[in-house]
Amino acid sequence: MTPDLAVTLAGLRLANPVLAASGTFGAGREAAAFLDLKALGGVIVKSMTLTPWSGKPTPRMCETPSGMLNAIGIQNKGVEHFLAEDLPWLSAQDATVVASIAGNSVDEFVKVAHRIEAANTSLAAVELNISCPNLEDRNHIFAHSASATAEVVRSVKAVLRSKPVFAKLSPNVTSIPLIAESALEAGADGLSLINTVFGMAVDVSTRRPKLAGGMGGLSGPAIRPIAVRAVHEVHRLWPHVPIIGQGGVQTATDALELIMAGASAVAVGTANFVDPGACPKVAGGIRDYMAAGGVGDVAELVGCLKLEG
Amino acid sequence: MSPSLVAAGVFSHKKYGENYHALALVAPGIGAQVEPGQFINVSCGPNRDFILRRPFSIFRVHEQGSAPSTIEIVFDLRGPGTRQLAAMHIHDKIDVMGPLGVGFSIPQRKAKCLLVGGGVGAAPLFFLGDRLRKDGHRIDVVLGARNADHLLNAMDLRRMASVCNLTTEDGSAGARGRVTDVLADTMDGCGTEVVYACGPDPMLAAVARICMEKKVFVQVAVEELMACGYGVCMTCVMPLRERRSKGASAGRSVVYARTCTEGPVFNGAQVIWSSGHEHVAQDQSELSLGGGAVRAGLQPEAGAGHGPPGN
Repeated sequence: MTPDLAVTLAGLRLANPVLAASGTFGAGREAAAFLDLKALGGVIVKSMTLTPWSGKPTPRMCETPSGMLNAIGIQNKGVEHFLAEDLPWLSAQDATVVASIAGNSVDEFVKVAHRIEAANTSLAAVELNISCPNLEDRNHIFAHSASATAEVVRSVKAVLRSKPVFAKLSPNVTSIPLIAESALEAGADGLSLINTVFGMAVDVSTRRPKLAGGMGGLSGPAIRPIAVRAVHEVHRLWPHVPIIGQGGVQTATDALELIMAGASAVAVGTANFVDPGACPKVAGGIRDYMAAGGVGDVAELVGCLKLEG
Repeated sequence: MSPSLVAAGVFSHKKYGENYHALALVAPGIGAQVEPGQFINVSCGPNRDFILRRPFSIFRVHEQGSAPSTIEIVFDLRGPGTRQLAAMHIHDKIDVMGPLGVGFSIPQRKAKCLLVGGGVGAAPLFFLGDRLRKDGHRIDVVLGARNADHLLNAMDLRRMASVCNLTTEDGSAGARGRVTDVLADTMDGCGTEVVYACGPDPMLAAVARICMEKKVFVQVAVEELMACGYGVCMTCVMPLRERRSKGASAGRSVVYARTCTEGPVFNGAQVIWSSGHEHVAQDQSELSLGGGAVRAGLQPEAGAGHGPPGN
């Protein structure tokens, strides 16, 4: 029996459940030197904004135990560049592409979503990177507020009718289920769990933060237990909501933890920095696990976590 | 050529002085293709406690007759990654990504070239010097370090150079001071037409300024912190002045170029050096080429957007 790795999340069809996480894979061009992009379940491209953003000052990253901190500031060339240059190239590679949208106001999210809808492309889905400050609300981060999360999701869903929309939630909140509920009520088709965990590191020799921006987002295996917990918390309450689990996945075992906690697919992030071929390796390991255990369909594993006995 | 992932074998492990370890690696495909100024990104082992690769510029390439060329890297101990590499033995395997980045451009006609290096950051000048000498260019050298023990293999540079001026901050070898203290005089004395510089940013900024005053073309190989080395993480960007000659946007603008893919070699006159330079903690600096210092304090251009703390 050959295990079936194909999954469908709210209409997003993936040949295998392992995607590249946004911001860790560009738009696939650089990684294509090392692997065939068709081998990935999908590519969630670097977040795009309405206009090009040049990002934050350097240093933008530092290594931390089992992970790294980053503060890039979504340096990107804007939605028009994505639609004109990156998406046609990705489509020519036969890659399954998920766009990631970011913005500093609800209106910016809506305008990017509108451009994507109007372009009528082969794009498979959209992920909303709502871990951005809202300049119209004292720089509060959208994903930290249930109402701001709902407003972005509702406004985007009103214009982006042809693609499934995944809200990428922040772990830096008191209650992830509270924000998840708000995103789902506003019409999110699925959830991506989790974005990076806020962190900070200090250079004691200079008494300065190691990142020019002060705080940063922690990623890598250090945060995997937080991601597993977040997926578990949300899946337990809404077992039918498709979740893309992400946070510190390096191996198939890591991915299976998230899947068993309730993720229908996983995204590999920081591990791509070390090995551009990490995604297909993780997918291959999931296949081996299924073959060894006689599991025919990866969907059988989603949320299979045993809590009693 | 595009980079690849190679299981390289350790061919030799030796030390230069007290401080520097050199690993020669058999890395088929990389050794035959790599150009001076390019680098490799090295996995220090299947670690879960520190996961990122460490970037190293190519110190030298040794041709082995018909066998694949070996590539040599040189480093000092700065953190857990370099400590792990320093424990490598002959025949050990190392996971190497490369060749990465854009190297130095070589003069089209015979030119008087000056190589300027600081500390272990001078490593790529050896490979570059070999290439320039093969092509028949005159080579002069200014090599600096904090003391005599930290001058990287000065003997080899002396052999290839017509003029070789050494500087140390404590005066234990050569002139007391920094490379920039003797740079202008060396350039005048040698009739320098092209300058190649490698080292920490503050040194490169000063070298670039002197060269621009003298209207001498200067290429710098910068050392920036990087997570991926192949162009996706966007952590290693350098601000460059870009001249646009055409269209409505004619004039000057700033672009953030990736050190790992558009660099690490840049036209020194294009780089916007920041005013404040901070040394990073020792355990972090091994994530940059040469690992000397990193940029800090540069403000994003107006209208840059306000990104989140992460991503």
